[in-house]
Amino acid sequence: MRGFVRRLRRLPVSLLLGGLLTALVVGAALLSLAWTPFPAEQVRVVARLRPPGPVHWLGTDHFGRDVLSMILVGARNSLAVGAAAVALGALLGVPLGLAASAWGRWGDEAVARLGDLLFAFPAVLTAILLTAALGAGAVNVVLALGLFNAAVFARVARGAALAVWRRDFVRAALALGRGPLSVTLVHVLPNIAGVVIVQGTVLFAVAVLNEAALSYLGLGIQPPSPSWGKMLGDAQTFLFTSPLQAIFPGAAIAVTVLGLNLLGDGLRDALDPRHRSAGLL
Amino acid sequence: MLAFLVRRLLTLALTAWLATLVVFAVLEAIPGDPALVMLGTSAQPEAVAALRAQMGLDRPWPVRYAGWVGGMLHGDFGTSLTYARPVAGLVADRLAITLPLAGLALILSAGIAIPLGLFAAGRQGRAGDWAVMAFGQMGIAVPGFWFAILLILLFSVRLGWFSAGGFPGWEAGAGPALKALLLPAVALALPEAAILARITRTAALDTLREEYVRTAVAKGLPRRVVLRRHVLPNALIPVATILGLQFSFLVAGAVVVENVFTLPGLGRLLYQAIGQHDLIVVQSVVVLLAVTVVTVNALVDIACAAIDPRPRVTA
Repeated sequence: MRGFVRRLRRLPVSLLLGGLLTALVVGAALLSLAWTPFPAEQVRVVARLRPPGPVHWLGTDHFGRDVLSMILVGARNSLAVGAAAVALGALLGVPLGLAASAWGRWGDEAVARLGDLLFAFPAVLTAILLTAALGAGAVNVVLALGLFNAAVFARVARGAALAVWRRDFVRAALALGRGPLSVTLVHVLPNIAGVVIVQGTVLFAVAVLNEAALSYLGLGIQPPSPSWGKMLGDAQTFLFTSPLQAIFPGAAIAVTVLGLNLLGDGLRDALDPRHRSAGLL
Repeated sequence: MLAFLVRRLLTLALTAWLATLVVFAVLEAIPGDPALVMLGTSAQPEAVAALRAQMGLDRPWPVRYAGWVGGMLHGDFGTSLTYARPVAGLVADRLAITLPLAGLALILSAGIAIPLGLFAAGRQGRAGDWAVMAFGQMGIAVPGFWFAILLILLFSVRLGWFSAGGFPGWEAGAGPALKALLLPAVALALPEAAILARITRTAALDTLREEYVRTAVAKGLPRRVVLRRHVLPNALIPVATILGLQFSFLVAGAVVVENVFTLPGLGRLLYQAIGQHDLIVVQSVVVLLAVTVVTVNALVDIACAAIDPRPRVTA
């Protein structure tokens, strides 16, 4: 036990705090699968806009839905969209980045131009374009955020892979007759995994923020499924009468993003101590 | 420098052309008849046929694409279905709000972040550094549109100092117009300032480790003078790069923040165009924003290469 505590103390503070906050949000999302104080989509007009109290701990919204239940289910939706967007980005971007690093100048140039093109469309803009063409919904949000993430993953993977290709053990493997594909899978990919995971954590946080913004605009997760962004959009209408409704969903987003960002910083410090910054920062 | 400039401008032209292709292709992929999507299923067949002719849907797509891009190059972005006005005029009207908003947000962002980043670097590991970096973490984590709602809650609902939204128009005078843009600009600037403060701190810390800075300290220059004269100019190169890249985030942020404050800017025009199925406006505004983003990025690259020769040598 003492050894475990000692090992825990050696970890960066940001990793511990980020891990704790992220675990809290993931726990809330998992809890919502089994239990919520009330059904999150249950409308009770007689109980509309109730302030926080013993029955409804965080109050109710303008349809009388329980805010705590909506936040718990919202965590699930938000994390699901974020995870899917990061997975899509990694599946498209990492192979692209690896290929660019292995193919030399032309592959490199093609990935760089593709990156320029995808960066020309901020995620919100891509989502708007896709919504205009295909309609609003969580799938289109995942697609838009995933495409943006793919550009970032491709650039990060390419940069990290280029550094690995210059290492002696890779040259030795090539000299022994291993092909580029085999070297990429056996030597390059495992050595860039840490960088990709750290980037994935940061992009997860960005995806949560963007999903919330798009749902606020009504372009993301569609009602009646609860989402933190949509809850804020609804709460804005009742700012004068029920201002607290605008606090809780926003705080949930901020805690999630803060946790993921700290986790990303902490993982980077733990995997590469050269980047270690002072304590939490 | 000339070779770098030519190469960068060619890349810019290529990316801008690809961006037009992407937007055109996405809207081509709309299932069904775009004219019917825009007018609704209850529209008269004659109206649908007229719109199909106006949009050139009876012509093959390469002809339509060439006509669209050629029109844009001559300032003709088509006619909005909702507003029955040329899109170019609509965009110009809305830019009169969005451009000052983005400019104000950039000024606020740099004005807050650069002094904070330098302050933190000068006190590395101490309470001031921790406070600035905690601000950085919080600023990145807080969604801009939530911060905007909190600003409305405090300054409009509680204190009544600002209106909760809307824009009086520039004809009401610069004072009331700028007052209406101030809260949205603060909301837009916060996340950017948080990122920029962290970048400034890192860049300043890197510069502080340079030998010429140690020499300046060793010859007895006060810390404030060292920071201002030696650290700041050299730390500004990465800061300027990030500031340029942040333009794309400002564009995305403006779409959301303009909606929070019901500001009739370009972002709100785009958002409303989706609800109204005004695909001509969506198409033109998205291309315009994407091309602006790549142009600003290219200008930043060129400016940085002009200041610091290293990037153009490695390029």
